[in-house]
Amino acid sequence: MSTISINRRSFIAASLAGGAALTFEAKLAFAAPGKAEPSMLGAFITIAPDNTVTILAKNPEIGQGVKTMLPMLIAEELDVAWSQVKIEQADDNADKYGPQFAGGSMTTPLNWLPARQAGAGARAMLVAAAAQQWGVPAASLTTGAGTVKHAASGRTITYAALAPVAAKMPAPDLEKVALKSPKDFGIVGKPMKGVDTAAIVKGEPLFGIDAHPAGMLYAAMVKCPVISGTLKRFDDTAVRKEKGVLAVMPITDGEIPAGKHNAVAIVGDSWWRVHKAREKLVVEWDTAGFDGYSTEGYTQQAHALLGAAPSGDLFKAGNADAALAKAAKVVTADYEYPFLAHATLEPQNCTALWHDDGKLEFWAPTQDPGTARGDIAKVLGIEPASMTIHMTRIGGGFGRRLMSDFMILTACVAKAVPGRPVKLLFDRTDDMRNDYYRPAGWHRMTAGLDAQGALVALKDHFVTFGEGGKAMRAAGMNATEFPGPTLPDVHYGVSYLKTNLTTGWLRAPTSNAVAFVFQGFLDEVAEAAGTDLPELMRRTLGTDRKLPPEPDEPPFDTGRARGVIDAVCKFAGWTGKRSTTTGKGRGFGFYFSHRGYFAEVVDLTISDDSTITIDKVWVAGDIGSQVINPLNAEHQMQGAVIDGIAQALVWQPIEQKAGAVTAENFGEFPLIRINQAPGDVAITWVVTDNPPTGLGEPTLPPVIPAIANAIRDATGKRLRSLPMSLA
Amino acid sequence: MAISLTVNRKPRTVDVEPDKPLLWVLREDLGMPGTKFGCGAGLCGACTVILNGEAVRSCQTSLADAAGKDIVTIEGVAASPVGAKVVEAWTALDVPQCGYCQAGQIMSATALLTATPKPTPGETTAFMAGNVCRCATYLRIQKAIAEASKAIAGASA
Repeated sequence: MSTISINRRSFIAASLAGGAALTFEAKLAFAAPGKAEPSMLGAFITIAPDNTVTILAKNPEIGQGVKTMLPMLIAEELDVAWSQVKIEQADDNADKYGPQFAGGSMTTPLNWLPARQAGAGARAMLVAAAAQQWGVPAASLTTGAGTVKHAASGRTITYAALAPVAAKMPAPDLEKVALKSPKDFGIVGKPMKGVDTAAIVKGEPLFGIDAHPAGMLYAAMVKCPVISGTLKRFDDTAVRKEKGVLAVMPITDGEIPAGKHNAVAIVGDSWWRVHKAREKLVVEWDTAGFDGYSTEGYTQQAHALLGAAPSGDLFKAGNADAALAKAAKVVTADYEYPFLAHATLEPQNCTALWHDDGKLEFWAPTQDPGTARGDIAKVLGIEPASMTIHMTRIGGGFGRRLMSDFMILTACVAKAVPGRPVKLLFDRTDDMRNDYYRPAGWHRMTAGLDAQGALVALKDHFVTFGEGGKAMRAAGMNATEFPGPTLPDVHYGVSYLKTNLTTGWLRAPTSNAVAFVFQGFLDEVAEAAGTDLPELMRRTLGTDRKLPPEPDEPPFDTGRARGVIDAVCKFAGWTGKRSTTTGKGRGFGFYFSHRGYFAEVVDLTISDDSTITIDKVWVAGDIGSQVINPLNAEHQMQGAVIDGIAQALVWQPIEQKAGAVTAENFGEFPLIRINQAPGDVAITWVVTDNPPTGLGEPTLPPVIPAIANAIRDATGKRLRSLPMSLA
Repeated sequence: MAISLTVNRKPRTVDVEPDKPLLWVLREDLGMPGTKFGCGAGLCGACTVILNGEAVRSCQTSLADAAGKDIVTIEGVAASPVGAKVVEAWTALDVPQCGYCQAGQIMSATALLTATPKPTPGETTAFMAGNVCRCATYLRIQKAIAEASKAIAGASA
C-alpha cells in the first residue's frame, strides 16, 4: 500500500539519521555545575533547579494526543511525577529527535521503546551521579518522583541537585538500559488529560493560523479552478489599488508533490483585505488537457472497465475462474465509493519568514515537516539545512497535512517579501478545491461457495486511478487483502482511470474504502452460506497463524483477528439472528489496519422517513500489550467511529465538472453534526502480548461495513455505494 | 471612522472598514485569535461569540453590526458564572481533540446554558448542531454540557 511505503521510506531515512540522537548525547548538557540553570539530559529532557522537568514532544499534534503520550513514556522511565512535568513542542530536527511525522498511526510503534529508553537513560545518568556523590553502588539506589534514594542511609536527593553532574556522565547504551516492568508503571496506562487542554479552553494562540511573528503580513491566493491548470496571464492593476494591498505575485514554481502550484498571491496588511481584493484580479488559466475530467465521466468509464478484463493483477492464486465455474453457489456484487475531501476545520495555512541571510523560518501546521523540508528545498533550490520549522498545534490533520503544498506556496510568497513574516491562509473554498482527495473506487466482487457453504474462490476487479500500471497516491489496494491469502483460488485484478485531481491519504487510507467493500461483500457471502459474518470470518480465518504480510509490514495474525471478533460478539450479545423489530438493525464489521485489530457491531434505527440513526457502536480492539493513555484512547476511538459514520452516511461525494471540483463549502460537503452522532460508543480491549500500536486510524474502517450490514438487517436492502442513503 | 464596542467587559475602539467581519476585527485588529475561522459562511460555528447575550457567528457579523454591543469571546468567557462552569466541565472531561472548534463550542454551550440552564439532551443537540467538530468530540460535548448544567444548578441552589 502506497501510504505505508512512503511513510516507511521517510521513517527509514529519519531513523538512520536519528540513531545518533537515540544514543543519547550527554554532550548536549550546557549547564555548569553549581549554577542554578537547567540541565539538559539527552535530546528530550531538561531538569530545572526547582526540579521541574521539561520534556520535548517531538511529533506533530493533530488532536491524536501524541504531545501528551510521548512525554508520558519518557516521564515514566525517568521516574518523575507527572505533576513535575512541563511539555514543550520540539522543532523539526530529525537528526536530533528521530522521525517526526504524524501518519500511519506510527507514533506509538516507532517510539514505544526509544522514548522509554531516552527516559531510562537519563535516569541511569542521574543514579550514576548520586552513586558517585555518595560513594555507594548504583545498584543500592532507587528512584521515584524525581528523586534518588539510598535506603540504607536514609538519604534522598532531587534530580535537580544531581542534574548538572549527571549531564556530564557518560551516556549509557540505550539498547541495554533497564526498563520498568509494566506492572510498575505509574504514568503509562493512567488516563492523562491533553497537555494543551487548559490553553485551548482559554482560547490561547496555539494553532498555525494563530502564529503572529512581529511585523507579519497576510497573504490570500487565487488558484486555478481546475487542478493542475497553469497561469496564462493576469492583470493586478485594480488589485494593487485596494486598501491594504502591498504586493501581488504569480507563483509558477514547482510540481512537488504531484500537481502544479500555480497561483496568484496577494499580500497585504490584513487577510480580510487581501482576500477581498481577490475579486479585482483579472486572471486567465490554461486548463487544456485537464478540463475534460468529470465525475460522470469516471463513472461511465469505470462501469465499462468493470465489464472487461482487468488490465493488471494484484494477486493471483490457483484458478479463480475455474473454481467459480464449479462452485455450488456464486455471489457477485458491485461496490463503489466516491472522492472525499479532508475538510480539516483549520484551513490550510502557514507562516514563513525569508530572513535577510536567505534562511527560511516556518511556523507550520504540518504533519510531516521532514518531507516538507525536502520538497521546499527542491522547489526553491535551497539547502534543507537552511530552514527552521517550528511545529504549531494543528486544527485537524486526517492526512491532509502530510502534503507540503501549503508550505511550498508560503515559501514562494515569503521569498518575494524578504525580511517580513507572511501568513498564507486558504479560505474554505480554496481548501475544498485544492485538496489531495481520497480517491474514488469501484469493485466487482465474485465469490464461490462449495456445497458445504465454505468460501472457496474469490475475485475482485478493482477500478481505481493511476497510470502506467501504477496506482496514484493512496489509490492502491493490498495484494494480501483478507481473505485472499486463505483461499486456494483467488484473483484480485485492477484497471486504472486517469484524473487531474491530486490524491492523498485520508485517515485509515485505503482501509476506509476497502473495509466497506470486503466486509460488506463477505456479509453477503455469509448470508448465501446460511450463516452470519462473524462465523464466516471464523471459518475463513481457520487455525491461528500469521498470514504473509505486505512488503515491510507486519503479518495478519488470524488468532488476534478471532480474538476481537469473539470479544465484540460477547460484548454486544451478538446472536447472529436477524432483527425481528421493524426499523431496527444490527451489523458486524472487522478490519485489520495500521497494526490494530478491530471488530465492531452497530445497532441502528431506520425511521419512517428513511433517516438512519446510529444507536450504539460496540468496539473490541487489540493494539497489543498496553494502552498508553486510556483517556485519549477513548477519544481517538469515539472520534474514528464517528468519522466512519460520517463517511458512511453524511459526507457527500466530491464531484467534478469540466475538470473543476464543484464543492465550495460545508453546504456541499457537510460534516457530521452532534445530532447525528451515535448514542454511545462502547469499548472493550483485548490485551495481547504484542508491542503496543497506534490508535488514530484502525477503529475507523470496520464501522462502515457494519452500518451497511445493519441496514441490510433492518430493511433487507444491500447498499453498496457510499454514502449510503435509503431516501 | 472609529467604531466602539465592548469586548470582554472592556471598551474597545477600532478604526477599520465597517463591513469587516467581527471575526477578523477580533483576530487582526484586537489581537484576540481565540475566535477561529472555519468556513467564513456561518456553516461551522468555529467563530461563535456571544453578542448581547446571544450566540452569533462572528464571520457573519460586521463591525458595524457589532458597534456599541457587548461582545464576549473565548478569552473572556470564564469571567461569567455560567462560562466558568462550562470551561470547568470542558477541562474536567478533557473534551478537545485537536481543539480548533472548541472555542466556538464553549461559546455556544455558554449561550445555551445561560438561556436554558437545564436543557434536555434533545435541546442540547438541537442548539449545538450549528457547531461542527471535525474530530467528533460530540459525546464528550454532550456530557460536558450536562455536567456544567448540574454545576450551575448546584451553585445557584
